[in-house]
Amino acid sequence: MKDAGFVSATVNQPGIEAQIRGIRENIIRAASTAGEGHIASAFSILDILYVLYHGILRHDPARPQDPQRDRFVLSKGHASLGIYGILAERGFFPKEELNTFASSSGRLGGHPDSRKVPGVEASTGSLGHGMPMAAGMALGLKIRASDSRVVCIVGDGECNEGAVWEAALLAAHHQLGNFTCIVDYNHSGDRALMLGDLSAKFRSFGWETTEIDGHDHEQIRAALEPRGGSVPRAIIANTIKGHGCKEMENNPAWHHKAPKAEELEALLAQLT
Amino acid sequence: MRKQFVTTTERLLDEDERVVVLLGDIGVFAFRNAFKKHPQRVLNIGILEQATVSVAAGLAKEGFIPLFHSIAPFVVERAFEQIKVDFGYQQLGGNFVSVGGSYDYAALGCSHHCPGDVSLMQAVPGVEIIVPGHPSELDALMSQTYASGHPTYYRLSERSNRSALPVTFGKAEVIRSGKGPTVVTVGPFLDRVLEALDGTDATILYYTTVTPFDASTLQQHAGDGRILCVEPFYEGTLTASITQALRGKRIALSSMGVPRQFLTSYGHADYHDRACGLLPADIRARYDELLHV
Repeated sequence: MKDAGFVSATVNQPGIEAQIRGIRENIIRAASTAGEGHIASAFSILDILYVLYHGILRHDPARPQDPQRDRFVLSKGHASLGIYGILAERGFFPKEELNTFASSSGRLGGHPDSRKVPGVEASTGSLGHGMPMAAGMALGLKIRASDSRVVCIVGDGECNEGAVWEAALLAAHHQLGNFTCIVDYNHSGDRALMLGDLSAKFRSFGWETTEIDGHDHEQIRAALEPRGGSVPRAIIANTIKGHGCKEMENNPAWHHKAPKAEELEALLAQLT
Repeated sequence: MRKQFVTTTERLLDEDERVVVLLGDIGVFAFRNAFKKHPQRVLNIGILEQATVSVAAGLAKEGFIPLFHSIAPFVVERAFEQIKVDFGYQQLGGNFVSVGGSYDYAALGCSHHCPGDVSLMQAVPGVEIIVPGHPSELDALMSQTYASGHPTYYRLSERSNRSALPVTFGKAEVIRSGKGPTVVTVGPFLDRVLEALDGTDATILYYTTVTPFDASTLQQHAGDGRILCVEPFYEGTLTASITQALRGKRIALSSMGVPRQFLTSYGHADYHDRACGLLPADIRARYDELLHV
């Protein structure tokens, strides 16, 4: 049985909105305690991460290195609070540990470290590294004839990096049908370099593409369902940076900023 | 040496199914048999070095032993951050095999020169750096280290010494022991050092592993602290390793290697040897200087 032993949560359970609001609260509190964090980047991808870890990715928090697991790479590593929030919620480590974020004694860094944090597959932070690493993992799984898949999230700003497009060429050429790349298209990179029609760009590199609302769980889930085949898949997820906290939404001031103690309650009260 | 690299790699591919070879669109014809025999594990990955190193890291994460081969500046300088973060920081094992170190490709100009490769690679904690001086030494050292679990850099040269030594990873060879200054040399520079110091009473230490540096052999053969280092890459590359090995000891260190400037002439490597002052007569002159210290 393919999924034997893996956690099987679904996206349709009741109380889902409250659960995500709780994760947002944990993230804001962790950043506030640390005085550090890219909260808005984490909120941009939180719905996608939630769906990935509730019914899409084969994973087992008790066996984070199980060879049969699906692999997830957060290429935009500065959104580490997002993956930490989800991994804690899934039980990879205790939720209380979130409050050690970015501390000298903690293991949850401003960018994730695969040698420290269970469930983190790749140490990312330098943009443009995670996607080709994920492609290498997919290539390795293909050589082994494994049925595990690899999913990575890149940021739209990260798509400025040439290595992203090098990886896009490689993945199509080597027919990595087990590889999915989600672009967190929150347009924060537009101020520097407009990317335009990302679906068309990925298609021209030989990828299947789907464009979705990156905060609509049904659309996210439908796009991520396993399909097989030999063509890598790009999901262009239209997202809102800072989604779920009005003050932060599309507000560049919150790109890299932690709430002060006196700001905390007002921000928490805004969470949706 | 390149021919031996192919032969050794073919053997490792046969013996160890974890080995995956990624060629940066060079050496493709030389690997034609390996492509046929191991189509899934020998890939002409293309001319995209940064992604290739990251892809290699992904393969390493899946339990493979990647081997990436291209010309030195494209392996080391183009993809340096990928080597640093994806392999060094993540402590993954992989092999990086370059050709064209320093000015082997003299006629192609400065874009293809790479005397700084060893200095750069030394800056990545955990990296092993191997500079063989003979094809048989390459075979021995690759066999000893390809699965070490570290990022390992092999610097192949177009030139080699006349005969091979029974080299061991991490160990320097004592070529001879005398009462004069101690000469430290590396890989393909051994023959010219031997020629230069014929008839002298020099101690000669031969390094094919540059990192980790065999401090112990130097400590035991440093004599009165007069040291001449003759290195086939940027001059001073081994200075920190030598001074650290001999810390607390009074030393007189003289280094000679490729000068830290762009070599804008073309021609052959022999021409640059002369222009850079790296001929046996130049080495002898430096050695004689130390006799008066």
